[in-house]
Amino acid sequence: MSSKLLTIENLTVSFDGFKALNNLNFSMDAGELRVIIGPNGAGKTTFLDTITGKTQPTQGTVHFKGKNLAKFKEHTIAKMGIGRKFQTPRVYLNLSVRENMTLAHHKHKTLFKTLFPKSHWGDKDAIAQLLETVGLLGKANSPAALLAHGEKQRLEIGMLVAQSPDLLLVDEPVAGLTDEETEKVGNLLIDLAKDHSILVIEHDMEFVRQIARKVTVLHEGSVLCEGTMDEVQTDRRVIEVYLGQQDE
Amino acid sequence: MSPLFKGARGIEFPIASILICFNSLEDPAVWSALVDGLFSGVSIGSVLLLSALGLAIVFGLMGVINMAHGELMMLGAYTTVLVQGSLKGTPLFEGYIFVALIAAFVVTALFGLFLERTVIRYLYGRPLETLLATWGVSLMLQQFVRSVSWQFVIGTTIAVALFLVASLGLNRIPFKFRNLSKAGIGLVAGTIALQVSNALGTMYGLAMTKPWFGAQNQDVTAPQWLRGGLKLGFVDNVQFSYVRIFIVFLTVICLAAVYFFLNRTQWGLRIRAVTQNRSMSSCLGIPTDRVDALTFAVGSGLAGIAGCAVSLLGSVGPNTGQNYIIDTFMVVVVGGVGNLVGSVVAALVIGMSSYLYGTFAGQIGFIQDLSKTIGIDLGAQTMAKVVVFALIVVFLQFKPGGLFPQKGRTVDA
Amino acid sequence: MQTLAKKPPVNSTLPKRSRSRLLIETAIVIAIAIAMMTIVPGVLNAIGQSFRVGLLGRFMALAIAALGIDLIWGYTGILSLGHGLFFALGGYSLAMFLQLQPALGGTGIQMPDFFVLYGVTSLPWLWQPFESLPFTMIAIVLIPTIVAAVLGYLVFRNRIRGVYFSILTQAALIVFFNFFNGQQKLINGTNGLKTDTTYLFGQVMSGPVMQANFYYLTIVLLALAYALCRWLTSGKFGQLLVAIRDDEPRVRFTGYDPTVFKVLVFAVSAGLAGIAGALYTVQSGIITPKAMDIAFSIEMVIWVAVGGRGTLVGAVLGTLIVNFARSLLSEQYPAFWLFFQGALFLAVVTVLPDGFVGWFKTSGVELLRQLSGKSKVSTYPSLANNPDVTYEQQAIDDRKSDG
Repeated sequence: MSSKLLTIENLTVSFDGFKALNNLNFSMDAGELRVIIGPNGAGKTTFLDTITGKTQPTQGTVHFKGKNLAKFKEHTIAKMGIGRKFQTPRVYLNLSVRENMTLAHHKHKTLFKTLFPKSHWGDKDAIAQLLETVGLLGKANSPAALLAHGEKQRLEIGMLVAQSPDLLLVDEPVAGLTDEETEKVGNLLIDLAKDHSILVIEHDMEFVRQIARKVTVLHEGSVLCEGTMDEVQTDRRVIEVYLGQQDE
Repeated sequence: MSPLFKGARGIEFPIASILICFNSLEDPAVWSALVDGLFSGVSIGSVLLLSALGLAIVFGLMGVINMAHGELMMLGAYTTVLVQGSLKGTPLFEGYIFVALIAAFVVTALFGLFLERTVIRYLYGRPLETLLATWGVSLMLQQFVRSVSWQFVIGTTIAVALFLVASLGLNRIPFKFRNLSKAGIGLVAGTIALQVSNALGTMYGLAMTKPWFGAQNQDVTAPQWLRGGLKLGFVDNVQFSYVRIFIVFLTVICLAAVYFFLNRTQWGLRIRAVTQNRSMSSCLGIPTDRVDALTFAVGSGLAGIAGCAVSLLGSVGPNTGQNYIIDTFMVVVVGGVGNLVGSVVAALVIGMSSYLYGTFAGQIGFIQDLSKTIGIDLGAQTMAKVVVFALIVVFLQFKPGGLFPQKGRTVDA
Repeated sequence: MQTLAKKPPVNSTLPKRSRSRLLIETAIVIAIAIAMMTIVPGVLNAIGQSFRVGLLGRFMALAIAALGIDLIWGYTGILSLGHGLFFALGGYSLAMFLQLQPALGGTGIQMPDFFVLYGVTSLPWLWQPFESLPFTMIAIVLIPTIVAAVLGYLVFRNRIRGVYFSILTQAALIVFFNFFNGQQKLINGTNGLKTDTTYLFGQVMSGPVMQANFYYLTIVLLALAYALCRWLTSGKFGQLLVAIRDDEPRVRFTGYDPTVFKVLVFAVSAGLAGIAGALYTVQSGIITPKAMDIAFSIEMVIWVAVGGRGTLVGAVLGTLIVNFARSLLSEQYPAFWLFFQGALFLAVVTVLPDGFVGWFKTSGVELLRQLSGKSKVSTYPSLANNPDVTYEQQAIDDRKSDG
């Protein structure tokens, strides 16, 4: 296999004959920050579902670090180093912010090691540092249920990082956020991209412009085109798909 | 005892014995046993289906498992008892069963409506709590039919009326400890009602205190034209009881009616829409709460019809509902959510297999030998449920979502 | 009991409890246990309610089962309606051992009476291991645990959750109920196994000496069960259970396999039910398939709900409250108990979803403040009225379907 972090070949996923993904080819280098855009129904979320093992491919393969992911379950794939943030923030509402982080940060996610955890020096500091990074240190002990929407988004990103995956899949991290919050999250992602590979799915073009280096456009389950933001924006097919919305 | 597997004794494998019995189809005894078994299976399956139909609709739409479904059936059965009693001696008696069917539907549907409006409505999105609450309702219903008497009815009416009047009055004035006071009023109203009904009891004696039904079972006698059975010319010794044929027909009619209602009417369309996507339907202006109420009422009404049918098969008691509830749950689990075909297939398969196992397993050599080896009588009638449950668990290993699971993604980004 | 109720909730948002608080809690539990052993029976005997001591012993046995239910339902969000099965398996294990005990002065084992009645001459293999006391002791815990683990694995593996799981446990219960009812020659069918006339260590089981010992044993085991659940529900494991309850798919995507955790919790709670069943059986003198009645298993859930799910203290308190209420009410108005019980189900679910302990923690404290004249401390807007929270809760409900 190549040195690519993630390679997807001829991926097709169909639900009762409807092809959510259609013969999709995609690859990503280690250390890349990639943004995927595409109109509604382009298959963006199914794309993530397939990588994380929630949906099984009908055809084609997904290779992560050279391993075929077809036979693995979600939690194994997560352990292999793929972390995922959902579209709506999903945190454990009845646990405190710190507990949320601790669970994600916990290194050995087996039954035994969870029952008899060894506390490492540095775990606490690492978690505190992460909380600091996502700006939630002040609320570390309040239940996640009391966080505002934007705070939950940031907490989930923090949990994702705490998992220390090799690849972060981030689904619409700024949906429902204010402009100010959006910028915060953007900076956070750019910061993280220094030492993580990140795949972001996003609708918000301003935001995409802020963070994107390389953009992939999905349309009807296939890759329409790939390139820098400027290249993509001037691509005729993309403009067609988006009905000219992009050339403001 | 059927001679179906007589020739198969001692053969080690059940499949082999079944093959042998197919080879001996010329033997009329085998024929009759086969036809009899098939009919009984279908008949049991159709009772199951009839009872599961309402449950499946309610569960499919609202994700609510109604633990009181069995007790709604029991209400339907008791309604039948009442209708039968009141039509006795009138020319209508021969057709009482049709009156009873309608009455049972109406009574249980109204009760279902009441239940939905007062309890279940507040518990949407909390399926486990709904389960517990409906169980509470089922307990109360069981005790209700045991102890309902004039004294009881009058006492309850007084308590409820007092409480309602007092709380209405209380609602008008702003007051700090309103809930606490309401609880107090409830207690006072209960005490007054208890005293009054006790006084009534001592004044009028048995006329007041005698329970209408009591704990003992009530008998429903089928009308003349449903007694006996249909003899088939080409097989001996087999009689299809008219009651069971009637139930099979009733099931088919109910199924067709439900299908028509769901697929061909305005409200059916709304119900299906809400089943698929509740929030979207609500955005489109479908009154989801009225859809819920209607669905629950229809589901409950179907339970009433099932209860009416069941009352023809045996006596009716406070525990009638309990006998059916688990099997009907299994039908829903195996059939999958929100799919009538799944429920039909599941009901027939479960009905057939439990009947066939219960009747014939004891005569299969393989099972007899196995029973001897492990010291447990696998052929006993009660083992049928054990085996069927084991099969269901095995089945769920391959199809966790039931026969016809809902597919695809719920929402696309 | 009041001191018990004041203990901090397990899933509180406080930072890690300090060592000293753990010591205090241990001291409180031990103090209560000793009080239950010494003072309470004395007081009850003094006021002429000696039979209530026996009831208390039984109810505390039931509380052990309730702790198990709380573990899976209160913390992990899995509603089992089949715990009567594990209760009965524990009870039957011990009863089978006792049935084999020789009459006073006899040696070896004795064939149970009903075997003679049904013409069974040799001990079935199923019974043979129960000649041994150590095996029986292990079996009381291990048989329910294994049954639960197997059933749980088969069900959880396929991500069957929510009401589906509840229904399946109920079906399993009914299946075993039928099985035990139907096997007359094996375990005496509907009549069940009696344990009260057996002699063990030269004492008759129903005698005061034995019963007092069982009373003490129950208290010790209840305390131990409490300690076990306390350990399980605090720390990472406890947090993970709550996480599974809140959002199981998320747990999966974080890299944990929820199946093994759920199987473990289900098995542990079954083991606790088994112990409870054994203790209850020896104190009531008989175990019959009635223990696998649907109603009994659902009742266990309501004990926990009344006390307050998600709090271990609530599970214990709820069991004692409901069962004493039951024994009082059914003495007074036998016909009305089912109405009360039904109303209890409705009331707890609709009005008091967090049970007494939950109510005490929120409104109860408030009420005390008001009554003592102190003004209400204004806090963060109550969770239920917070639109953001409601929105999120709906979001959770919506996505539960696509896990």
